[in-house]
Amino acid sequence: MLRLTRGARVALGAVVGVVLVFMYVPLMLVIVNSFNAARIPSWPIEEFSLRWWEAAFANEALWTAVGNSVIVGLGAMVIALLLGTLSAFALQRFDFFGKQTVNLLIVLPIALPGVVTGVAFSNTYNNVLEPIGIQLGYFGMIVAHATFCIVMVFNNVFARLRRMSPSMQEASMDLGASLWQTFRLVTFPQFRTAFVAGALLAFALSFDELVVTIFTAPAGVDTLPLWIFNQMSRPNEATQVNVIATVLILLSFIPVYVSQRLTRAEEDER
Amino acid sequence: MADTTPIAVELRGVSKRFGDTTAVAELDLAVRSGEFFSMLGPSGSGKTTVLRMIAGFEEASSGSILLDGDDVTRSAPFDRAVNTVFQDYALFPHMTIAQNVAYGLKVRKTPKAETQQRVAEALEQVRLAHVADRLPHQLSGGQRQRIALARALILRPRVLLLDEPLGALDKQLREQMQIELKQIQREVGITFIFVTHDQEEALTLSDRIAVFNQGRVEQVGTPREVYEFPQTAFVAGFLGVSNLIGPELAQQLTGSSQPFTVRPERVRVLAADATPASHETSVIGTIAETVYTGPATRYIVEGEHGLRVIAERHNDHAPTDTAPWSRGDRVRVAWATEHAALVP
Repeated sequence: MLRLTRGARVALGAVVGVVLVFMYVPLMLVIVNSFNAARIPSWPIEEFSLRWWEAAFANEALWTAVGNSVIVGLGAMVIALLLGTLSAFALQRFDFFGKQTVNLLIVLPIALPGVVTGVAFSNTYNNVLEPIGIQLGYFGMIVAHATFCIVMVFNNVFARLRRMSPSMQEASMDLGASLWQTFRLVTFPQFRTAFVAGALLAFALSFDELVVTIFTAPAGVDTLPLWIFNQMSRPNEATQVNVIATVLILLSFIPVYVSQRLTRAEEDER
Repeated sequence: MADTTPIAVELRGVSKRFGDTTAVAELDLAVRSGEFFSMLGPSGSGKTTVLRMIAGFEEASSGSILLDGDDVTRSAPFDRAVNTVFQDYALFPHMTIAQNVAYGLKVRKTPKAETQQRVAEALEQVRLAHVADRLPHQLSGGQRQRIALARALILRPRVLLLDEPLGALDKQLREQMQIELKQIQREVGITFIFVTHDQEEALTLSDRIAVFNQGRVEQVGTPREVYEFPQTAFVAGFLGVSNLIGPELAQQLTGSSQPFTVRPERVRVLAADATPASHETSVIGTIAETVYTGPATRYIVEGEHGLRVIAERHNDHAPTDTAPWSRGDRVRVAWATEHAALVP
């Protein structure tokens, strides 16, 4: 262990404290303000009330937006799981011409600015596909999201496959298991945690995507981030946003908890 | 072992090429039923590739592989009655020891009661019944090795393939496992094909050894045959220390330029003016170095015509007795002519 002087410890503690304050005080403000009776969020709070919670839960547009976000997130996640896992296997297990290029092309979308992805898809949908009669609409938005979600699954599964000894699959087949049995009983259980972690990340990434959504959402369709964004531009409506933000903060504990449990279970296995 | 013993595994003209490199070239090999057969060679000599072709992990580029007379050259690994013990054991980390051992029976849909009984027997055989409920990472290297063995043997294969199974163990455990392996092989009577680069291990364990070099088999024979009568300079050099007498010196000593080898323990050191026995070949040189190795002392004797011979003398005399020869002494080295093995 590194030994620190008393002064250094106090200084480091102070830095950590300041950073934590900057990270979490704004979040606290959101939570507290969701109970603010006033129409315009203000400080200090004069009167507490649940009226915005009631309004939010009665707000159909908000629920539709949540539903859209879940559908788009799940859709993008499923596509990402399928393509990400398959491409991880292909790139890990086989040698072929252009392998490095394919690898780069899979990872690139996560580095691309959302604006670029958005413009690219928007142009393709509106100027190329629509004139020839193909209307992707809702599905187009899911595909746009999936492009950068694939990387999440791909990176996780790829890293795990690389650590897996190839003799494990051979041993399974040597003992009489078919290809499918080998995948189900030996290969999949060993990258299952990476698979789940990739799925969570992919869903989270899609769920909070705004820029690509702005460019690719069909007219009249709101996802939750898009709905929030629109509310914020009308200051008087911002109060319900605090409510939904509070719910999201609480919900986000779930994936964090799950992923930590997964990681720990895995460390125990090693 | 008589030559009438049935053949368990036969390779006929088997080659394996990876791109431009030939890993195994036109190999013919017959392993007898019930035999402990070792494939010995340096890394990259093709021995592991041969093992993997017998297991079905690699497909032969040409030639055919027969298992009990049936051609299995193109069969998948799960369709062959052979099982493998891997170098890294390849135990499934997410399964308990009992589940690992039961795996082969499970995928064959063996009834539960029978599976349980056979798993218990298999664990008993490797004396590890008490670890049945643990996970592989909770076991020591030697224990994992024995579980890998139990997992393969539970299927009662015709042939068991072992890919350097003792390579990851330390020396003492290794020697203990060698004895255990040999005992298990005798008990179950299954043909073992054992890949190793350790010549001592091959000599200790095997009924017969095939010595591999650069994708070819240099010699097949009993440990005594390959050790005492190496047919090539490579075999002589790879199995223990050997003295190679080159053409020039051979001409001087025997009148023929055919080179030959002789083992250090067969070489005696005498005083330069002593007379060797009539059945011995001898030559005079100077002691260039003496090396004390504990049980033996080695004398390196050098002389004319490229003479460089290592002679080994057992230290079975009184420990206070100092070495009779020291550096710089003129001596005569002699060996019985029958112990010289001609190499082509």
